[in-house]
Amino acid sequence: MFGIPRSYLINRTITFVLTVFIAATLIWLIPRFSPVDPAEIMLSRMAAGGGAVADSEAILAQLRADFGLNDPLIVQYLKYMGNLLTFNLGISTASFPTPVSVLIAQALPWTLGLMILSVVITFVIGNALGAFMVWERTPKIWKVVIPTFMIFTSIPPILSGLLLMYIFSITLRWLPLTGSYGLTVEPGWDWAFISSVIEHGTLPALSIIVVTFGFWTLGMRGLMISVQGEDYVNLAKAKGLKPRYVLYKYMVRNAILPQITAFALKIGLLVSGQILVERIFGYNGMGKLLYDAILDQDFAVIQGVSYIIILMTALSVFLVDLIYPLIDPRIRLSEEAAT
Amino acid sequence: MTVTPDPQAPNQQTAEANLDPVSRFNRFDNPWLNPRLLWGSGILLVIILGGIIGRMLWDTDLVFTGSTPLKLPPLGFENLRRQEGIADYPLGTDGAGRDMLAMLIIGTPNTLMIGAIASVIGMSLGIFLGFTAGFVGGRVDDTIRVLSDVMITIPPLLILVVFQASFGDVSLVMMAFLIAGFMWQSPTRLIRAQVLSMKRSGYVQMAQLSGASTFHIMFREMLPNLIPYLFGSFIANVTTAIVTAVGLEVLGLGPQRIPTLGRVIYDAINSGALIQNLWWWWGLPTALLATMFIALLLINLGLDEVSNPRLRKI
Repeated sequence: MFGIPRSYLINRTITFVLTVFIAATLIWLIPRFSPVDPAEIMLSRMAAGGGAVADSEAILAQLRADFGLNDPLIVQYLKYMGNLLTFNLGISTASFPTPVSVLIAQALPWTLGLMILSVVITFVIGNALGAFMVWERTPKIWKVVIPTFMIFTSIPPILSGLLLMYIFSITLRWLPLTGSYGLTVEPGWDWAFISSVIEHGTLPALSIIVVTFGFWTLGMRGLMISVQGEDYVNLAKAKGLKPRYVLYKYMVRNAILPQITAFALKIGLLVSGQILVERIFGYNGMGKLLYDAILDQDFAVIQGVSYIIILMTALSVFLVDLIYPLIDPRIRLSEEAAT
Repeated sequence: MTVTPDPQAPNQQTAEANLDPVSRFNRFDNPWLNPRLLWGSGILLVIILGGIIGRMLWDTDLVFTGSTPLKLPPLGFENLRRQEGIADYPLGTDGAGRDMLAMLIIGTPNTLMIGAIASVIGMSLGIFLGFTAGFVGGRVDDTIRVLSDVMITIPPLLILVVFQASFGDVSLVMMAFLIAGFMWQSPTRLIRAQVLSMKRSGYVQMAQLSGASTFHIMFREMLPNLIPYLFGSFIANVTTAIVTAVGLEVLGLGPQRIPTLGRVIYDAINSGALIQNLWWWWGLPTALLATMFIALLLINLGLDEVSNPRLRKI
């Protein structure tokens, strides 16, 4: 397919399926060892909500039957796996009887929007700065300015989020503190709503961007240094090609390849970081959904959100793996030679 | 015919002496005296010592109970409220009247300990699996490689969220063990790749020809060469472990009764410290964590430069 060797394709597909399979199994397995009984949680919720729980034993038995807890474990497991394939993620106990998939469908676009925006900006800025840090024609001043930003590199986004919130929302009052759009705005495709979404999304995105672009800068810097001494770069320079042309077509093009692999692997971390950012900003995405579910001990939602996020991570790694041979023909050739 | 001594000869000799790698290896040229490495280690050492000495010098019993002056700002940020408090609370108190300084003294070593334990376990597992995969090869290598590829994609935070939510309260050590389950993949990959490339290098083949045992080759010949990489991987793992632990704690899923830096931040967010302008409550642990991460990053960058001489040129 598209010149990608079949063995490579099969290999990556197996890894993808295995990843999702192992993660889904872990998510199913862990609560089985837990002392917490979902039926009892549901019953106490009903009692707290003022429901009639006179014959609690009978209700518990009924709930256990409804949740399928009376089946043998292997049947429960197979049912669960089958349901995952059709995205039947069960029913939320906290906002009963809404299906988990509906809750996720409402939250997912917010998370994806925020993620794509911050990830793309981070990757572009980070790699550009990394390349310029090494290039011999970059003004000295940049070589001093860029490393000072590196100091933020390993700080998790949740910490930068707290600081940005304090500066821009509480002290300066420039941007809203929480939420994903204004309370007074009706969702719809008009400017009032869109500008509100942008206003509310700026700080969460910024808190991810300021602390993660440095990772790419550092990586790119290392890769550019190793490309710098290569014969083909020296030859290109000796041929008298324009320095900018050499930078883009010879150095960056070769140095960026490992960054793309790192990008795929980093997505899992980015997702986790973003969940926490969403939690502190009260942003309506998967992070907030997960956090509320933890507070409510709503297991179906916790499992559902975890499953979808793991699926997203594995899928993006898989896609990058598929695109990679198209940008780097060496992969294609070496795989073909191996088969 | 008389031989005139070549005037260049002595100079040539000194030039050669300068190029001699052994004579160049003086105290100031030692790659381990890397400024980033030294700065990072220095900062980290101060933080660790602060936890150890602080416990001896400062009364930390009030961490769990709290006392009367609530929401007292740190020294130097005096306001009217300050008059009731004396210098007993140099970093102020939180909304429950707990002494911030005491919380940081107790919380910092706990946070660092989670990172260190998780990394040591992950690292040992990684070294073992990486060597096994690289040396044994075949099916074993395939299995280990696929498993580490698969596990590297799964975000640890999510599996741990499911775990913590299922089991409730956990101890610090338990948490460290859980996180360690996600810390072996990158050292495994690193070691495996290095072992595969080293296997083909001359000195390993020499050792094999001289009849050295596999154990000897692995631990006496190869492991010393991997040390800078292993240190780097270890530090990166400590960072990841701490980020994961802090993430869980901020979601309210860490140890419930033991103060950690993440737990302090969780309490602060939940009590609305941001809106009430109690900046020191969340700001101090945040600043301390940030300093810790910067120190770890500097160490990591320093180690990169130690193990990759090309990076030193810039």
